[in-house]
Amino acid sequence: MREHWHDTLEPALVQHLELTAIAIAIGFSIAFVLALIAHRVRHVEQPIGIVSALLYTIPSIALFEILVPFTGIGTGTVEIALVAYTLIILFPNILAGLQSAPPDVLEAARGMGLTRRQILTRVELPLAVPLIIGGLRVAVVSTISIATIAAFLLPKGLGYPIFLALKEPTPFKTEIYSAGALAVGLAIACDMGLVGLRHLLVPWWRTTR
Amino acid sequence: MIVADDANLHTFADALRFIGDNPGFLATKALEQLELSGAALGIALLIALPLGIALGHFHRGSSVAIGTSIVGRALPSLVLIAAFLTILGIGFVNNMVALAVLATGPILTNSFDGFDGVDRDAVEAARGMGMTRLQILRQVELPLSMPLLFTGLRIAAVTVVATAPIAAIAGGGGLGDVIVNQASYRLAGVLAASLCVMALSALVFLALLGLQALVTPKGLRRSKGAALAASPE
Repeated sequence: MREHWHDTLEPALVQHLELTAIAIAIGFSIAFVLALIAHRVRHVEQPIGIVSALLYTIPSIALFEILVPFTGIGTGTVEIALVAYTLIILFPNILAGLQSAPPDVLEAARGMGLTRRQILTRVELPLAVPLIIGGLRVAVVSTISIATIAAFLLPKGLGYPIFLALKEPTPFKTEIYSAGALAVGLAIACDMGLVGLRHLLVPWWRTTR
Repeated sequence: MIVADDANLHTFADALRFIGDNPGFLATKALEQLELSGAALGIALLIALPLGIALGHFHRGSSVAIGTSIVGRALPSLVLIAAFLTILGIGFVNNMVALAVLATGPILTNSFDGFDGVDRDAVEAARGMGMTRLQILRQVELPLSMPLLFTGLRIAAVTVVATAPIAAIAGGGGLGDVIVNQASYRLAGVLAASLCVMALSALVFLALLGLQALVTPKGLRRSKGAALAASPE
């Protein structure tokens, strides 16, 4: 494993992080704006919920292939697919977070003379943080997992060494185990990082389980 | 890896033509995939459902359920299939086991959450009415956990059907055979198979939603939006 760190594993890990980070950043921005809009305009969440659940059933490998005639083969195609999946996960979570403020709390905020904007930034957003981070955890871990499938399309990321190893008549175990362990390790590290972030941002939050 | 020097929107029309020209072939492949998925899902249900129900009923082992869900989510399907391949070799058994492992997580956590989360007062009331433990399990806890049981089943089924094509690089059969073999089927065939995979997982999803609506008692029907949202924990 050490021999191949520099020529195979390190670049693959860095590419994997890049693919994931870009997808999460774009997906989060879009999901956040959409959730803010949906929060204002009520009664759109149930149709959106069902549509997004249906979209989430699209297998990643199929989505990657289907995008090819439209956007060609490249990082762009992979990112579009990854962003789509993060959107589907993040949007309902951010919206649920924004709507998690108890009615009496909102009533009190209004009674104190807060404007709509102030209620959003000082009451609803802080209260939404735990659910938003919960959504981010699922999104980041899923994106890391889905990004390994990108190797079917692109010689990038931790999936690629595995993909190559599987093409051999007798699959190379070292590549499979080391790249696989890195992918799992990366996912768990990111997940724990987000849990840490939640402790930092909302120390009062206690999960029931 | 696929090559797309010639890929453009016409390829899409070619893909649709491919479906029109080879419906029997694609249907056979789809059935192969359903067979593999069904076997994997069956194994996962046999293991995870009783375990999740038992742990949830006795309110024990929440760490097992949470741990399974976290590890299960962090394990990329490609890694899982590849790792099992080095142990079990290429073929149906390897892919069935790998897919079964993938399906175990959502079924176990959701059945645990379902039975663990049943209102204690309801159970207490049932006991007060003289119901036996088995009656409580079947007539109180089971119907109340139904939404979560189905959420788990749906996630597991869609995951398995959607991941089965990836197993094709490990000799899995099914529509994935076409997807990973651009040399024989050209890009049009690859796209056609991808479209079929999409349709297949959407059908499985909708079929399970329908089944859930059928078996859920009238008094327990809730808004669907809530049940579909991704669980944050």
